[in-house]
Amino acid sequence: MKRVGVVGAGTMGIGVSEVFAARAYDVVLVDVADRALERARSEIARNARMMPLLRPGIPHPEPDEVVGRVRFTTDLTELKTAGYVVENVTERWETKRDLYPRLDELCPDGVVFGVNTSAIPITRVAALTHRPGAVVGTHFMNPAPLKPTVEVIRGFHTSDDTVARTTGLLASAGKDAVVVRDSPGFVTNRVMMLTVNEAVFLLHEGVATAGDIDRLFRECFGHSMGPLATADLIGLDTVLLSLEVLYDNLNEPKYRPCTLLRQMVDAGLLGRKTGRGFHPYETTT
Amino acid sequence: MNDAERTSIREFISRHAGDAAIDDEEDLFATGRVNSLFAVQLVMWVERTFGTPIEGADLDFANIRSVSAIAAFIDRKNAAVPRSA
Repeated sequence: MKRVGVVGAGTMGIGVSEVFAARAYDVVLVDVADRALERARSEIARNARMMPLLRPGIPHPEPDEVVGRVRFTTDLTELKTAGYVVENVTERWETKRDLYPRLDELCPDGVVFGVNTSAIPITRVAALTHRPGAVVGTHFMNPAPLKPTVEVIRGFHTSDDTVARTTGLLASAGKDAVVVRDSPGFVTNRVMMLTVNEAVFLLHEGVATAGDIDRLFRECFGHSMGPLATADLIGLDTVLLSLEVLYDNLNEPKYRPCTLLRQMVDAGLLGRKTGRGFHPYETTT
Repeated sequence: MNDAERTSIREFISRHAGDAAIDDEEDLFATGRVNSLFAVQLVMWVERTFGTPIEGADLDFANIRSVSAIAAFIDRKNAAVPRSA
């Protein structure tokens, strides 16, 4: 299987496409918006160009070669020929609910669906298809090309074969996997989203500045990035949606999103991708 | 490189490092002042601001690790290919 389908050309879909294209897979990247696909093309080219800086000392394919292996399309039916599909659409249940039955109809039996979600239970997504054994969580971290490990989530019906094919595919793309059982937010985001949200509350209450909150995590805990800079990297819209998923699925008030987070999303301050979140960024495309 | 250009580099980095005062010789990445993802933004900014492409073997932390390193890199590039007036 040398062709991987990627659905959704947001931050994660872009990163996942680059991961596979850089390892000589043919990638079909599908999005509903031409604009998102144009951005994807330029971001993949830029990221591939920067790899020698970010990962020095190992060979990297030329940016043109990486981009050339990705087919950018708005036509979902082009996924018919993919041997494995990684889905990265918006973190909204309604979007996934509409997409999966269509994917299920299009893709031959045996094609595995990797759900790249921050928090939505894999078992629930699998129930949208007639192949629940072939649906698995593939929670890539951001930026996908730089992160060595993927959180793989075994849904209630996910088969051993699906898990083995997933970890095998990831290994061939240079990624390790940690396999966990299904839960809203899995392991990473059950903890991470709470931490981010609490950091936003601290900022909202004026306990410390964004710079100082992040600095404490970097300098006292040795984290490479503080929680607010992490939120900027993930995208504040995605953080908010993830908290809402956790809140709805766990019925736990501790996941209630801070009003400041909601306001920033409403104001279009989504973090790195829009040039401003808790910190300023250069817009690079 | 003139003082105004050097100041603009310092200011750009400071803006992305919590408005901290940046010493020209400080190794930004070793001190953890900025993270490695900032390197990408820095490269893009230098290319856009100074019209100096950073490509291939030049994409090296040695060329961007401090204000002085960036200034020296741009001077070196401009000496090799003089900018048109």
